[in-house]
Amino acid sequence: MWVDWFLALRILRDARMQTLLITAGVAAGVTVMVFLSSLMTGLQVSLLHKTLGTQAHIVVRPAEERARPLLGDEVVRRVEATAQRTRSIDGWQLLLTALDAEPAVDAVSPSATAPVFAVRGNGTEAVVVKGIVPARFAGVIKMTEHMVAGEWTVVGRGAVIGVGLAAKLGITVGDRLRLQAVDGTSELFDVRGLFDLGNKAANEVWVLVSLRNAQTLLDLAGGVSSIELRVADSFAAEALAARLRGRTGLEVESWMAANAELLTALRSQSSSSAVIQVFVILAVAIGIASVLVVSVIQRSREIGILRAMGLSRGRITRIFLLQGGLVGVAGSLLGSGLGAALAVAFSRAVTDASGAPLLPIVLDARLFLSSSAVATATGLLAALLPARRAAKLDPATAIRNA
Amino acid sequence: MPDPVLELRGVIKEYGGAVLTRVLHGIDLRLEQGEFAALIGPSGSGKSTLLNLVGLLDRPTAGQVWVHGERTDQLDDDELTRLRARSLGFVFQFHHLIGALSAAENVMMALAADQPRLTREMRRRSVAALAEVGLADRADEDPRRLSGGQQQRVAIARALVRRPPLVLADEPTGNLDTRSADDVFALMRKFNQETGIAFLIVTHDPRIATRCDRTIELIDGRIVGQPT
Repeated sequence: MWVDWFLALRILRDARMQTLLITAGVAAGVTVMVFLSSLMTGLQVSLLHKTLGTQAHIVVRPAEERARPLLGDEVVRRVEATAQRTRSIDGWQLLLTALDAEPAVDAVSPSATAPVFAVRGNGTEAVVVKGIVPARFAGVIKMTEHMVAGEWTVVGRGAVIGVGLAAKLGITVGDRLRLQAVDGTSELFDVRGLFDLGNKAANEVWVLVSLRNAQTLLDLAGGVSSIELRVADSFAAEALAARLRGRTGLEVESWMAANAELLTALRSQSSSSAVIQVFVILAVAIGIASVLVVSVIQRSREIGILRAMGLSRGRITRIFLLQGGLVGVAGSLLGSGLGAALAVAFSRAVTDASGAPLLPIVLDARLFLSSSAVATATGLLAALLPARRAAKLDPATAIRNA
Repeated sequence: MPDPVLELRGVIKEYGGAVLTRVLHGIDLRLEQGEFAALIGPSGSGKSTLLNLVGLLDRPTAGQVWVHGERTDQLDDDELTRLRARSLGFVFQFHHLIGALSAAENVMMALAADQPRLTREMRRRSVAALAEVGLADRADEDPRRLSGGQQQRVAIARALVRRPPLVLADEPTGNLDTRSADDVFALMRKFNQETGIAFLIVTHDPRIATRCDRTIELIDGRIVGQPT
């Protein structure tokens, strides 16, 4: 056995109570880190999943219409903004081909989208009709995962609507639904399926029909009002959106811009979690350092003897560094287990009516590895001061003063 | 003629910053292989300072300390540490065993001090050294459970296990009752005679000093005479 390891282990074993206490301190710190991180990551993943599961990462729309004075700014005192109408993206087929070829883009879905009225009997609801190409749209939003009744069939006169709208209008699969555009044009559709996107607004207003039917209803013959994209790296969406905006001159909005508040909230959550963890690490480091400093003082005579017997300063440093590192490793293992157990128990205890966890957790190997690496590094760093102090002890003084 | 195990040439030791206190005034001393010498002197005469210099735990202000033929004033801290491990054994008044280690492990540390790993051979030699001081059956004992005399015998085994040319003993019997003190002294004497290891024993006890082959008396930082 290596002499340094042997001495470090023997000293830790000899001071059992101190060793147990600082190991427990490190374990408590790692427990907090693992528990907090798993919960925070779980919440963030769940929120992002919910958000991105029901919306495209990027939406391309025609540029806004602007009223321009014919006589120049100096003559006209006030230019009234134009009301926006549903228009088609010029040359959308070419754009679609270009977007299909973009390596960062996973799915591209053209759609004719506009507000219309859904009418059934005496009931009328303001809804949003989305004319889509089913295979392409399912690439952007995994509709098959969200179907709760009927089937994902948007061909011919078929329509798929949200459970919220179905409830409002008292419709179920197999019923008919009339959609009426603002200009009075109306079309009759067969409800083939109901979806639940976990998003109240989408569930209550989306009516998905075939692109051709929507184009007819909205008087957009051959046109699309938007192109929706799903990208490989969701957090790169804004950069790609900016690039597309510059290239096409169209209005391109990423989910990050559309959900700026959510992102700010997630970032604040991550920051506060990081601050808590920094203080936990600091407390752990101070705990280890103070116990080891006391140990050096208590053992200064023995350190002096070891130095007199011929153990070098470097070796004395290593023996105390090893103690810090070993306590860090032991505390990490214990804390990782405790943190994971606590997170699982917490997630199981806090459930909704159906028994599904309200607070999802994410426990991945990286979390344990990073927490353990941080705790071990903290142990080593915290031991640095006491180790240097031990190595600097003058053996003659240490032996005489004992 | 072989090198002396210890030689001091004009060793001066001063302490303090603005006000210098000279503790040792040009000490010349030579200790040959196999010598068994007592260093005596009143409190404050510089015995401990001299022992620290000889033990390479401190450096002289001026003069030279030679240990086993090696001049030490130009060695760095690590070289001094290695020379200490190789050439010197220490026995202290309060035995100073490491409480976290068993009796045999305490002895092993003297062998392992300048080695990277512990070996079975080290363990065998340590148990053999304990057997030489009559503690073969206490090898795995916690030293804190041993009597004062037994603890000092473990310390002697530790000092002698490497068979260094010189053992420095600082009041080795100072904390023991008369019988244990006699046992410990007899043990050191036996090793000196059987192995030829030189001993320099700092003591206040005239019973010990008179039984040594040579007495070196230190008064006010000077060796005043070398009666035999």
